Order: sequence, then C-alpha cells, then structure tokens
Amino acid sequence: MTTSARAAVDAAPLVRARTLRHRRERRIVLVLAALVLVVAATSLMVGAYNLSVPDLLRTLVGQGSSSENFIVFKLRLPRLTLAILVGVAFAVSGALFQTVLRNPLASPDIIGVTGGASAAAVFGMLVLGLGSVATSFMAFAGAMVVAAAIYLLAWRGGVVGYRFVLIGVGVAFMVQGLLGYLLSRADLRNAEDALTWLVGSVSGARWPEIAVLAAFLAVLLPAIGVLAGRMRMLQLGDDTASSLGVRAERSRLALLVAAVALAALATAFVGPLAFIAFVSAPIARRLVGTGSLALFPAALIGVLITTVADFTAQHLLPGALELPAGIITGAIGAPYLLWLLATQNRIGKGA
Amino acid sequence: MPQTTDQTAGQPVGQPGAFARHALTATGLSLGYDGTRIVDKLDLAIEPGAITVIVGANASGKSTLLRGLARLLPPQAGTVTLDGRDIASLPSRKVATIVGLLPQQPIAPEGIGVADLVGRGRYPHQGWFRHWSSTDDTIVAEAMAATQTLELASRRMEELSGGQRQRVWIAMALAQNPDILLLDEPTTFLDVTHQVEVLDLLHELNHEQGTTVVMVLHDLNLAARYADRLVVMRQGTIIAEGAPAQVLTEAVVLDAFGLTARIIADPVCGSPLVVPIGRFHGAA
Repeated sequence: MTTSARAAVDAAPLVRARTLRHRRERRIVLVLAALVLVVAATSLMVGAYNLSVPDLLRTLVGQGSSSENFIVFKLRLPRLTLAILVGVAFAVSGALFQTVLRNPLASPDIIGVTGGASAAAVFGMLVLGLGSVATSFMAFAGAMVVAAAIYLLAWRGGVVGYRFVLIGVGVAFMVQGLLGYLLSRADLRNAEDALTWLVGSVSGARWPEIAVLAAFLAVLLPAIGVLAGRMRMLQLGDDTASSLGVRAERSRLALLVAAVALAALATAFVGPLAFIAFVSAPIARRLVGTGSLALFPAALIGVLITTVADFTAQHLLPGALELPAGIITGAIGAPYLLWLLATQNRIGKGA
Repeated sequence: MPQTTDQTAGQPVGQPGAFARHALTATGLSLGYDGTRIVDKLDLAIEPGAITVIVGANASGKSTLLRGLARLLPPQAGTVTLDGRDIASLPSRKVATIVGLLPQQPIAPEGIGVADLVGRGRYPHQGWFRHWSSTDDTIVAEAMAATQTLELASRRMEELSGGQRQRVWIAMALAQNPDILLLDEPTTFLDVTHQVEVLDLLHELNHEQGTTVVMVLHDLNLAARYADRLVVMRQGTIIAEGAPAQVLTEAVVLDAFGLTARIIADPVCGSPLVVPIGRFHGAA
C-alpha cells in the first residue's frame, strides 16, 4: 500500500498493543522460570541427607565435601537434569502436535505415539531380552513406526487434524492390546521390570545418557525455532497459511517429524511419562492468553510438572517405597482430559 | 454513488498505471477433490485493476475456482498462470506477495489480539534477513485505518462482533498487500449494513490502490452493483462473462439458478436488479 494515497497513519496503537502483549508473555516466562529454579534447588537439597542453601551453593561451585559431591553430582543433579530435559521434550512435542493438527487431543501420549514406543520397548525387553540401551533404540523406532502409520492412514491428499486424532486413538488401543498380550505371556520377574519402565521414571539417570539426549535436543529445538514462523501461519488454518505463502502440508509434515522425534527420544530415555505432552501447552497458552505459540512457556510448564512430579514421588508420598514419576503425572493429566472433553464439546470445538 | 468506472479500459480512476499490473489467467482449468470434478476445463482471464465477481448457484464451483486461482488446490488438468508463468512453479512466498486469498471461514487462534492477527499478513514479505520493521508497522496501521479497525488494535478477536471480525480479516489481507485480492464470500454471516460496508471498502481499495479484486458473492444485486465484470458459473463452467448490464439477463438467471426473474434497473445506480418471481406472485 502506497503512502501517497493516504495521509500517514499513526502506528502508535499497534506498537502499544504489541508492547502489552510482549510484556505479558515476558512476565509469565519470568514467573515460571523462577518457579523452576525453586523446585530445582529444593530437589537438590532435600533427600535422605539434607543440604542447606549455603551447602548446595558451595558444592555447586566445587567446594563441597566428598559426600556432598557424591550426593549432588552423582545422585540428584543427573536426575534433575534428566527430568528437565524430558520435560522440555514432551511439552514441546505436545505443543507442536496440538498446533499443527489444531486439536487439543492431538498429543503423542493420546494418539499412541508414546504407546508405540512402549510396545516396542517391552517387546525388546521381554521377547528379545535386550539391555537398556537397545531397549531405548527399540522405543525410538516404535514411536517413529506408529507415527508414520497414523500419518499414512490419515492421508487423503492431505492430513486433517480430527482424522489424524481419531486414527491415532484407534492405534493407541491397538498398541495397548499388544502390550497386554506381551505382559501376560511374560514371566513374572521380567514383567515387573517392564511394568516399571511403562510407568515412566527419571531415576537411574546417568551423565552419558543425559549428554546424548541433550545433543539431540540441541539439534531439534533450534530446527523447530526456524519453523516457528510457519507454525504461526498454520494456526490460522491451511487456506490462510497457504495464501500467505506457507506450503501447509509440507510444513506440517516437517513439524510432525520433529514432534515425533522429541516424544520418541524422551520416551526412549525415561519411558512414557504420562500426560506431560498433553497438558503443558494448553496450560501455558491459557496463562499467556495472547494466541501466541507459547513454546517457551510450554517447555517451562513441562519442566515444572516433571520435576514436581518426581519430587513428589520421591519424598512427599507416604510409605517407604519410591514411586516412579509417571504415576504422579498421570494423576495430574487424567482430570484435565476429563475437563477438556466436558468443556470443549460444549463450545463445539471437540472435533 | 455514481458509477465512475470506465468499462473499456479497466483502469480505475485516480491511479492510472501506478504500479505493475499482474495478470492471473486460468487455461483449460479442471479442479476437484478425490476424483470428483467440480470445475471443468474452464478458461478465465482476470482483468487487471477491475473488480470481478463470481456468481452461481450452490455447488456450481465458485469457491473451488477461487481456491484454484489462489493455488490452494492443484489443477487436475490445465494451468493457472501469473504473468504468463505457471503459478505452481513459482515460489509460494513470491506468489503470496502478489496474490492473496481471504477464505470463507478463516481460523483465529484462541486469545489472539487484533494487531497481532493483522500483522501476520506481513509474513510473505519477511524472510531470513528481513524481520519486522517500522515499514511493516506503517503498512499494518494503514490497513487497519482503511478498515476502521485501528481503534480495536488492543482488543481480542473473540470480543468482537461478526462485522468487526470480518473487517479485521480484510485488514490482514490488506496488510499482505497483494495486487490481486481473492475473497470467498466476504459478506456471509454479516447483516445487510455490514455487507454494504465491506463491499464499499473493497470498492475503495480497488479505486484508490488499484488492487484487482476477485470475489464470490451470493447476493446477485450487490454483485451487479459492485462488479466491473461478472462471471456466472453453472456446474463448473462459465456460462456468461462480462459487464453486469450485458451479462445479467433473465435468460442467464434462469439458466444459472433455475429462477424466473425480472431484471430492472437499480434505482440507485442503474445496474441490473434481479427481482425473483417465484410461484405465488406476479403471475402475469
């Protein structure tokens, strides 16, 4: 539009609207980051042997006693770091799925992607007798295969969100059935190992594994950042996105591949921690409330849920037994699912 | 409002040749979904700088044609060319700076603000090395001023009325700044006041900026009043095309809609006015 045709227009209302929006998003991020910091510090300090704040700080800068070093660097920090990384991975994965398929139910844990990882991992453990590293590879491959199958089954000259979700839910039931079969014919001790894996837990984290996961995330997350602009256009629907110059189907596929890779990776490392992918982005978007992608706040929410769930499972539940974090995340996610189904249908967005 | 458009040249008043005119042309174009054919071997050259309105009965292929022209739907046969080059072979961002489409039911993300939404129309003009600038701000503000949505800048889409929302969407399409703007029934869901308001806005855009406008409309009388060229479709083909006064005859209305009607001159501006007869009235 040429300025000559019209008197210059004052862009101030625009700038004001943008400043307000950015300020709001920044405030939410700061609050969430502060909460993460508090939870992280607490989970490093509290345990069978409690550390004070000065103890912790001293240890972190390398001035701790050998027992403090062991507790922080060998026991608590790896576990915390793993929880943070998988929290980010699950949350961002869910955010991508829900955005590009434009459906709040589209999340790797609902549509059978993490289920596929589980079935493959349990098959590896029980039938092939694989060790933990090979099991992780099986889980990753399982998630990829299931996601590809859903995509191909949902393809009708393009992929529509609700069809993808419905087929995904069907596939989730199938892999559940397969899991049940594998577990029922396994011997009791092996089945117990498999069951523990299936709940999902960040215990037993070791630095070499964490480094591998971090390296993958260091590749995937920037790639997603590059695609974020396209994703913002896809939020407006395929037709609008295409008319704005985005190749909708191709961009969706690229984003889904990244999302599946994130979910598959996280599942391979800690098992299918329930519902983190499903709830994180909707919570973040409700908090931010500006229609933005809210990937960063979603990642922080994912981290918060994972770390708080792990802390609760370790220290806050009665009984001597240490529970896997997946039980807590499941307890958070299930009521949200019910609430979502109840409210979304009322305002006609269920499909 | 007096009819100021010169039908012979298609040059809008005020800005003769202000910028390069782009030619959008369909040749032997067939379109459809899943094996069904909806648009059949159709030829259409969109007149640069004019307002073209596509009319036709339900399921006559109007929206499908528009989607095909905007390369949202790949042709089953034939081609759509932009300035003589196959639109499918051009980079999609480049096309988006020239051709814009406002779909019938665009989707607004939950909670999105008006300014944010309109600003997303600048997407095709940005890239790896060109980020948001004050020029973008100016263009967005102009688009919002033209649609009277600037005072809504800080509001959220869900707080707005249907008419306001439609103006915001048009503002987004204007922010995209295409030379050819395609609109799929921009007046559906609007009451008659807002329909006229939206069409006046598009008329103004066409006459002041020289933007080529192509739209699908349901209301034949508004179509006849605002169109420089009218395209009448039936079963995926064009049965009549040209200036509304020549095209909109009783025979064409009967052929396209199966409707017997009288055509009289619109008392406001002299364009053809379709008066349906129906079964119970005017039996003479």
